[in-house]
Order: sequence, then C-alpha cells, then structure tokens
Amino acid sequence: MSGRGGGRGSGYGLFLIPGVLASLAVIVVPLVMTVGISFTRWTGIGTPQWTGLDNYTRLLHDANFWASFGHILLLIVAMAVIPTLVGLLLAAVLFDYVAKVFGNRWASVFRSGFYLPQVLPVAVTGIVWGWILHPSYGALNRILDSAGLGSLARNWLGDPKYALLSVMAVMVWFQLGYPVVMFMSGLQRIDPELYEAADLDGATWWQRFRRITVYLIRPEFYVVLVTTTIAALKIFGQIFVLTRGGPSNATLVPSYFAYKSFFQTAQVGYGSAISTVLTVIIIVLAFVFLRLQNRAERGGTR
Amino acid sequence: MTVLSAPARQDRTEGAEPLRPVKRRRPARWVVLAVLLVLVLLVVAPMLVVAINAVKTPADYASNGPLSIPERLSFQGIADFWERVDFTRKLLNSFVTSLAVAVLAVLLSVLNAYALGIGRVKGRIWFLVFFLVANVLPQEVLAYPLYYLSKDLHLYDSLTSIVIIFTVIQSAFGTYLLSSVYAEFPTELLDAAAVDGAGKWRTLWRVVVPVSRPTLAVLFTFFFIWTWNEFFLPLIFLVSNENQTVPVALGVLQGDRLMDATTTSASALVGILPAMLFFLIFQRTLTRGITAGAIK
Repeated sequence: MSGRGGGRGSGYGLFLIPGVLASLAVIVVPLVMTVGISFTRWTGIGTPQWTGLDNYTRLLHDANFWASFGHILLLIVAMAVIPTLVGLLLAAVLFDYVAKVFGNRWASVFRSGFYLPQVLPVAVTGIVWGWILHPSYGALNRILDSAGLGSLARNWLGDPKYALLSVMAVMVWFQLGYPVVMFMSGLQRIDPELYEAADLDGATWWQRFRRITVYLIRPEFYVVLVTTTIAALKIFGQIFVLTRGGPSNATLVPSYFAYKSFFQTAQVGYGSAISTVLTVIIIVLAFVFLRLQNRAERGGTR
Repeated sequence: MTVLSAPARQDRTEGAEPLRPVKRRRPARWVVLAVLLVLVLLVVAPMLVVAINAVKTPADYASNGPLSIPERLSFQGIADFWERVDFTRKLLNSFVTSLAVAVLAVLLSVLNAYALGIGRVKGRIWFLVFFLVANVLPQEVLAYPLYYLSKDLHLYDSLTSIVIIFTVIQSAFGTYLLSSVYAEFPTELLDAAAVDGAGKWRTLWRVVVPVSRPTLAVLFTFFFIWTWNEFFLPLIFLVSNENQTVPVALGVLQGDRLMDATTTSASALVGILPAMLFFLIFQRTLTRGITAGAIK
C-alpha cells in the first residue's frame, strides 16, 4: 500500500463503526474471555474459580498435550512440507513441460484434477476416506483382498500404529492441489525469455527449474508455506470425521483436544488454556512468515 | 472437464515454439505424461469410487466389491439417505446461511475497507493488524464464549447465530484484502465525484463499489464456498436436526450403525455434488481469485 499520504478528510471513521462493533462482539470479547477463562477452573456452569497458572502448569505435564503437538508437527509435514515440494515440482512440470509439449489443455486438465479435493467440504472428504479406509466394508481392504494382497489389509484408522499415517496420507491428497494452482499462477509472471536464454546456454531442465523457477516464485512459496502450516495447526474437521482423535489419542490434535475439554469433559478452563497456547503459536508464526515474505519481496523478485 | 482454464496464456505457450523440446526427447514425454496421469487418477479415484458405489445395490457391492461397474443403476441408496436425513432441508439451511453470509460479509468488508483503504482513518495500521490477526485465529479460541453468549441471547441452535459469526469472521479477510485494493483506488475518480458534489456515502455506492465489482465478486464467491464448507462452529451451534447444514449432517453420521458401504457412498456423493456444482459455476471467478485468496 503506497501512493497518497494523509487522508481524504475526516468523516470516514463512521464507516468503520459497524465493523468495529461486530468485531468487538464476535472476536475481541470472546478472545479476551477465553484468555481470562484459561486462568480459572470452570465446568461451564456457575462461577469460574480463579486458579492462576494452574491450567498451564497442568498442560506442561500432560502427555496428551505434548502428543497432540507432536501429531501437529507430523501433520505439518503432510499438509505443508510435502504438498509444497511436490506441488512445486508438479507445477513446474505442468507449466514448463506439459503445456509446451502437449498444449495448455492438458496442463489445465491436470491442474483441475489435482485441485478437485480442495473444493470439497472437509467433512465430506472425511466421509469419503472414512469409508475407503474402513476395516470391514472399506474399499481399500476389499481391493487389496481381491488383488491377492489381503495380508496388507489393515485397520487403517482404528489401529494406533497406522491411524496417524493414514490421516497424513489423506491430508497430502487433500492439500496437493493448492500449491499446484498457486505456483502455476506464479509461474505466469516469469518472463519466457529467461527460459529461452537458459535453453540457449544449454541448461538442463533441472538446472532451469532450480535456478529460475524456484528462485523467481519465492513470494508464492512463502505464501503457500504459511497458509498450509496454519491450516495444519488448525486442523479439526478431518480429525473429527475420520478418527475423533483416536484410537487411544493416536491422532489427537490441539483443536480436537480443546473441543473435547469444552464439550465432553466440561473442563472449560483447561480447554481455554489449550486454545490460548495454540493461538499464540499461530499468531507468532504468521508474523515470522510475514517478515520473511517481506524480506524476500524486498530482495527484488517482483 | 476443462475447469480452471487460463486463456490468457494460450498464445504465448502454444504459438511460440511448440515442437522443439518434442524432437529432443521423444521417449521422455510419454513417461512424464504417464506418471502425471497415474498421479491425477490417484487423486480423483476416491471420488470416482464413491460415485460408482453410490448407485449400486448393497447386494451388488457385497458380491462384486467396490471397483466393479454397477450391474444396474440403483438410486435407492441415495433416495433412502436423502429421506432419512431430510437432505432437502440441510441443503436449504446451507444455501440460506452461505448466501446471507456472503452478502453481509461483502457489505461489511466494503464499509471497513472504504474507511481504511480510501479514507485512511487514524490508526489504520492497527486496524489492519487486528483484521490480519482475526484472520488467522483458530476458531476454538472463540468457540466457548460464543456458545455461552449465544445461549444467553437465545441465539443458540439457530442459523442466525451462524450467519452473524461467519459474517464477521469472513469480513476480517475481506477487509484485509479489500483495504489494499482500495489503497490503490484511482484518486481521479474520487476527485471527480467530489467535484460533482457527491458526498462520501454517494461516492461509495456510485463510484467505489461499481469500479471494484470484480474483486467483490471474488470475495462473494470465497465467502459463499467457505461458509458452505465450514464445520467446526456449525457443529457446535447447530445441534437440532432441522438446523443442521450439509457438512454437519454428514459429519455426525459417521460411525452410525445404519451406514453401510453403499449408504456411505451415497451420503458422500450428495455432499460432493453441490461443491462440484459451485466449483463449475464459480470457476472463472475462482481462477482469478485463488491467488488473491493467498493472503488468508
């Protein structure tokens, strides 16, 4: 945002009033309340009891809390790291190879295919995979059976050993299309003469990919990484539908842990502490990424 | 299915030098194509499997498994499921909620962004930081107080509560995006309106909104689809059957005793179809908008 200095005169503040009032009611007050409640013991009924930092000390000693954050780290790998790297490669291949050799139509069809899971409601993707991975009537085990690979059949979501891995696989499937679309639109910014020059210099495809493509779409790279990482930290829908955090907490994540504390175990103070910690982590992360992104842009890529 | 096509790029890549790389590595091109085809089939396969099993009879599924083509088309599973959960009602709930949120959130974003981007009110930066933070907040940090307050106000278990909450949440994103768009708004247009004696209110509706209509269309589309897909807060707020939205109705049925393979596929299919429909209807707007949505 640049251009004009100063304002265009006063009186614009009036336009902000509905937005400010609504934000106060729906965001600021609830946020402050949650942080406040996190210092109390409260079942949701009656008066909250001030307990200071008790909930936070309890968190530090709660194996489930640490496990839920450990699971989030793995989900960041599945939702941010793998889709970003694979998506980058796919976008480059589609834009720079498929579009040139087979035509744009093919590149668009592939892109739409990869993007398809992203348009579905998360609850629906959960149902689709919940059924495919179901131990008795699920499609995957039936397919393995009929292919003579019955020994590979597993209780994909019901066995603590495989549940998180299965969820990770589903999340890679779900997220892949987003980086592909973002990177392909970023690639359109790149001057085709750069590629032609590289071709003339006898650069291989891989050299061009590393030196030109990756370098020039750094802005998109940061955006994709921060968006997908925050999405991983917030994950709830798929976990709720696929595993409800189970079996025996093998796929517990902070948001589901907080939900359980609020509405199932009636430990509202504790749930608020979990949410508060998660919120602080997300906000810090968002600002760190924004700074990195700003620095990358000032580096002169745009 | 040619969705998400990008006509702007057509001439450059197809016209310039289409055949050179082909001659150089003829075998490689088919390997690349085959690998991509396998990958994209893996991505699309779950939807295809859902579709073919949603129109099978349970007996057909039991004897022939998930990959066989249905012996005959049977819409019984879909019909049964539709009736059992009163799916028409859920579709209507989702549609009304998403539409109301999209309209109201665009409106609120416009008002906010007019003050922040064009009016440049004092403390603008802090408002923008606030909207940015509001944008990344996990919903569970708002959930319990909202639940508690809405019970106090007798708004619990009503679509009204969901509309109010998501109008504000979505407009945080809209305000952030639109403020930076409006900061670049052509000054000449605003000056011309001022010369014509138009006040701020008139300028907003007669100049700013019409000029920024493409961006508003993108926001509307995003808000509609995001609200349609929301799960966490609707799950908490819409507890009674007649108020549930599509994702909530489908989500809570998981693990239900009555769900067998064909009914589950049927339920998944009726959840997929509206989303695909919106995607096809809105694809042009979305192609332009996905990059804009990047800030979220």
